Amino acid sequence: MAAFLAMFCWTSKAWCQAPQTESTQEVGHGILVSHLANGLTVVVKRLPRAPTAVHMLWVRVGSMDEVDGYTGLAHMLEHMMFKGTPSVPAGEFSRKVAALGGRENAFTDRDYTGFFQQIPSSRLSDVMKLEADRFAHNTWPDEEFKKELEVVKEERRMRTDDQPRSALFEQLESTQWLASPYRRPIIGWMNDLDNMKPQNARDFYQAWYAPNNAVLVVVGDVKPDEVLANAKNDYGDLPPKELPVRKPRLEPEQKGIRRVSFKAPAKQAYIALSWKVPGFKGFASGSNLDAESALASKEALALTVLSALLDGYEGARLDRALTQGPKRVAQEVGSFYDFTGRGPQVFVLEGVPKEGVSMAQLEEQLKAQLQKVAREGVNEAELKRVKAQWLASAVYKRDSLFNQAQEIGAFWARGLPLDTNDLLIDPLSQVTAQEVQAVAQKYFSDDQLTVAYLWPQALDEAALKRQEKAQTAGDLR
Amino acid sequence: MNTFSIFNSTSLVCRAALSLCGFLPALGFALQPIEHVRLDDRLEVYWVLDHALPMVDIQVDFDAGSRFDPARLTGLSGATAQMLSKGVRGESAPDKGPAKGQRGQPLDENALGQAWADLGAIFVASSSDDRLSVRMRSLVKTDILDKAVELASREIGTPAFDATIWRRERAMSVSSIEESLTQPAPVAAKLFRENVFGTHPYGQSVTVASVKAIETQDLQRFHQRFFTPCRARVSMVGDLQRADVERIARTLLSRLPKAQSCAALAPLPTLPAVQALGKGKTVALAFAASQAHVLMGQPGIARDDARYFPLTVGNYILGGGGFVSRLTDQVREKRGLSYSVYSYFYPELQTGPFTIGLQTRKDQAHQALAVVGEVLDDFVSHGPTPAELQAAKDNLIGGFALRIDNNKKLLDNVANIAWYGLPLDYLQTWTQAVQGVTLESIHEAFKSVLDPKTMVTVIVGEPS
Repeated sequence: MAAFLAMFCWTSKAWCQAPQTESTQEVGHGILVSHLANGLTVVVKRLPRAPTAVHMLWVRVGSMDEVDGYTGLAHMLEHMMFKGTPSVPAGEFSRKVAALGGRENAFTDRDYTGFFQQIPSSRLSDVMKLEADRFAHNTWPDEEFKKELEVVKEERRMRTDDQPRSALFEQLESTQWLASPYRRPIIGWMNDLDNMKPQNARDFYQAWYAPNNAVLVVVGDVKPDEVLANAKNDYGDLPPKELPVRKPRLEPEQKGIRRVSFKAPAKQAYIALSWKVPGFKGFASGSNLDAESALASKEALALTVLSALLDGYEGARLDRALTQGPKRVAQEVGSFYDFTGRGPQVFVLEGVPKEGVSMAQLEEQLKAQLQKVAREGVNEAELKRVKAQWLASAVYKRDSLFNQAQEIGAFWARGLPLDTNDLLIDPLSQVTAQEVQAVAQKYFSDDQLTVAYLWPQALDEAALKRQEKAQTAGDLR
Repeated sequence: MNTFSIFNSTSLVCRAALSLCGFLPALGFALQPIEHVRLDDRLEVYWVLDHALPMVDIQVDFDAGSRFDPARLTGLSGATAQMLSKGVRGESAPDKGPAKGQRGQPLDENALGQAWADLGAIFVASSSDDRLSVRMRSLVKTDILDKAVELASREIGTPAFDATIWRRERAMSVSSIEESLTQPAPVAAKLFRENVFGTHPYGQSVTVASVKAIETQDLQRFHQRFFTPCRARVSMVGDLQRADVERIARTLLSRLPKAQSCAALAPLPTLPAVQALGKGKTVALAFAASQAHVLMGQPGIARDDARYFPLTVGNYILGGGGFVSRLTDQVREKRGLSYSVYSYFYPELQTGPFTIGLQTRKDQAHQALAVVGEVLDDFVSHGPTPAELQAAKDNLIGGFALRIDNNKKLLDNVANIAWYGLPLDYLQTWTQAVQGVTLESIHEAFKSVLDPKTMVTVIVGEPS
């Protein structure tokens, strides 16, 4: 047991804190955590507001755990998890969940894969059984894989190939990262999909879908002791597995600007500037962060504030400087900081230049807003404003069971305390103007920057032939 | 004033293996009732008091949707909604209320954005065919909520419609319309509307020319004509007391002109009826994309149609029910032709559309269409099977609580009840209405509403 627990302790101390015997503890903010003897984590947050519950199973495996030539595998397996077990044939899982009054789906990220059902809470034990069955016994014929692979290719066409800005980000990320697995698209390169084999998905499933690599999250009108008893019953007999070795694959230092040009059918040009910045690793109190991680986490808080000051409300800095007034240069601007993840973090500024303004001009103007913060700092009223927004949003987000379950699962996958969002309010409120200015000075040099330009290509008018025909009884079919 | 509790005395007839009888009567769920009052002989207010969280969600709907856009100014309703947040006029000092004695300074767009952010509150205005909707969300702490309501009231009642700002917003709109015409999904949606609704307002799309034609006087006129308490519905869900509800509703609309009486208002423009399609039509467009976007449909029903429930349950079976509908089974699960395939009715004040949609690699578009056509023909001709009907009821009835298990979902429901004049016990009787749907009622409803022979079919990305 100790041996395999040690396997996933390569990056975050928090993962190593899982006790090796069963126990239940409240970690804070009403979140109860238990660990089964086989390593499965069970999390329950009881919110008896309505007779419903959200049930999620998260596996700590995502596209970042794939290797070259096999991109898209984590996501493809997520699809295949709906394709049957010896006792629940293909299609039956969804039919059973529907008959229980449930809604369901699944998602794959770089860091994790998740499966969920929203159900009347009286049906929780039924969906728990179904989920446990496919977690342990997912089995399907090659034919099902072949059909579903075509579905996934259609998904890629829809989400990426025909969406110029998504396709641009795919290229940006694959340029920005050389060693980090974040360089590969979650949905997979089309050619890797073309060459994916059923056995690849089966092997990936055997390797990663283990109780010691998963968390069960239940939020809603439920009894925690019953959920735990059901979890023991449904999952307790599964043996833990020795997980594949996760190589750190740390990114070598970038020493100069990188640029991506991308052409696609569009009218508007679009640019994205992406800097490598530190991410949040954990809280200073109550954890064993080394000095480097502690500093990164402190800076991550300041970067969060910086992003909110730039773009967190109507009329924030970017809008005011770039989309307003007689000298405006952009139709749209935005800012994004991804805060935390199993891999490295980025801080992104994006924009659509106004007609007559070049992408290079907009790039300079976006950078100028960061330079302004670095030079002049920020004012207290702005800081107070973004903090007021967080305080309110902490209340608003409690309106959705689903979002609360999703936060818990994502923080677990990333090795952070499960009530991180609640714990963040205080440290965020303590971020000072000086700290914001300091990160603006430190992290936005061109050497750490990757820039992507979308060059719009006019649609070939001749190709837009319109054919119209009146028809009687469906001759087109 | 009538009140109904949503979860009490629910009785169910159980006749299936997957019995729901263990579920509904066991609900120990005392959801507060939906309440309604008509204030000052004009203002209709609907609310649910829910004290679970110290917050409130509010929606004000005006009968000012894009269906009243003059054809040459299509987009006027949307532009009006867009401009509410872009500045409010100054006003003289109120002699009562929380801002007593303070003169309302004019606030530009940035001052407004900051004021909302300072409160941690949210304001969003939007427009659809039938309504112009204003939504706000705030904490209920008095010093916050009162200020948020005051701000919303000013945006509703005294928007500045500044000409310089509007010219900028208009230029941004033009740019994003032009961008949308390079993408297959919005192009397909536009062609579909035009061909299903013809010259009816539901068929119109915002164009570069129609947005360019809109001037601030048009915004002012539209606001003056259509923003009135007489044609508004206010809905609230949250941690309020009854007295708060009335005070908030009055304040939100207090800055609009006071009509002598609702009867004295100029009548709304008369709109034509939505015409049934005489014959089928296929519009195919070559497009620079890897997938074809395919839409098929025709006029469906208005929201007050008596066939609403049979069509809702039937559509769940045909193309509404997630991974288990006939369309998903045939198009995606059996053939791998599309990631997403769906059907839905969109009932509106007037007849709204029935739509089937999918995206697939261009060379498969006609194969996918053939499958969709077969599924639709078969469903309209024969209706569902008893097992399918039972499965639909199990899901819709069993999952009913998922439709109302937070403030946001509940507000959507309350606002719908308010807008379409549904009975206050609509949610209470919803599962019974679903339970009452029969194989025959679905079959009859689909046969009488849909004619597979006269569908509009749009293919954007026709294989060359």
